[in-house]
Amino acid sequence: MWQRLGRPDWLRPRSHHAHEDGGGRGEAFWGSVRHDVLHAGGFLVGGAMAAATLKAVVPSSWLYAAAGNPAVAVLVLSVLAVLLSICSEADAFVASSLTQFSPTARLAFLVVGPMIDLKLFGMQAATFGRGFAARFAPVTFVVAAGTAVLTGAVLL
Amino acid sequence: MNRTVQAILLFLVGGVLLHAGVTGLYLRYVKAGLRPLVLAAGVVLVVAAVATVRYARRRPAGHRAPRISWLLVLPVFALVLAAPPALGSYSAMRTGTAVTAPRIAAPLPDGDPAPLTVIDYADRAVFDHGRSLAGRTVVITGFVAFDRSGAPYLIRMLLNCCAADAQPVKVGLAGQVPPVLQPDSWLEVTGSYTAQQAEDPVNGGTIPFLDVKRARPVPPPADPYESRG
Repeated sequence: MWQRLGRPDWLRPRSHHAHEDGGGRGEAFWGSVRHDVLHAGGFLVGGAMAAATLKAVVPSSWLYAAAGNPAVAVLVLSVLAVLLSICSEADAFVASSLTQFSPTARLAFLVVGPMIDLKLFGMQAATFGRGFAARFAPVTFVVAAGTAVLTGAVLL
Repeated sequence: MNRTVQAILLFLVGGVLLHAGVTGLYLRYVKAGLRPLVLAAGVVLVVAAVATVRYARRRPAGHRAPRISWLLVLPVFALVLAAPPALGSYSAMRTGTAVTAPRIAAPLPDGDPAPLTVIDYADRAVFDHGRSLAGRTVVITGFVAFDRSGAPYLIRMLLNCCAADAQPVKVGLAGQVPPVLQPDSWLEVTGSYTAQQAEDPVNGGTIPFLDVKRARPVPPPADPYESRG
């Protein structure tokens, strides 16, 4: 897909400051530790704030209103996976308590979450540039949700 | 943000992590097993701060950190100034009760009353229909919450990894419930199994009940959460 449609100017790879002239290995190591923590940490805090706000403000009974319609259910749980940004180690337990949703919708929740969520989007935007992330994230979302629906239709 | 400020920020974040890990504050946010990771992260960040200062002194020029890094100040302030409390009745009543997979119930632990976790009681009551609880008195500890109709529940939040994935385990209180209860106050409840059940209005999960014989207010435990055994 990238080879067909991609344009190099969407990508803005992080300039690899190839550790400015000189400086030992230790300096390069701690320099990149510092850079990565400060950079990724900022986005992590942003993503956590968004997810926490959603969890505290939106009552989950709203969510269950969407469970009736199969297509809406898949869409709602996919979007929820993006917004909640739960780590993939724990999302299965959350999915198991979403009892009123169809198995296909819950599968979409499990598949979409690790593929694209708020903090991943933030990091992609920071690493590859906003132009790339704004195109890459929706494609990831559609592919992940589509794969889940297909698998669900065949197996579940 | 120049490198000195970056070093201060790294030091603060690392220091707060160490503080949370040493004092047990971390138990409000992540499960107990993650303590070594919290402490290790704190040590790495403090070392990174010291290294940054050392190298910056040697060669003052260096690239700046992006503005988004300032967001890291927020969790530091939150922990130092307010230290958000563990999840309580507000989150619990807005979230559906945790649904667990049925599993083979081991015999009850010895003792009269037998000490159980809230999730263990709920598992036995819902999936085992109380068979392993028959004729026994059990004691469970959790915090109090009320539903819209004012019915009291004893709740414990269940963690898999951190507070972001916490789910409440709700047990309804029947029998001799104390007349005055405060939401979020901790209770140690002694009682026995009753077949009474309710459906959680939020997610339709099954809420078992406990026939209360005695209830005693207790201080909040060091680890406010339970995790799946």
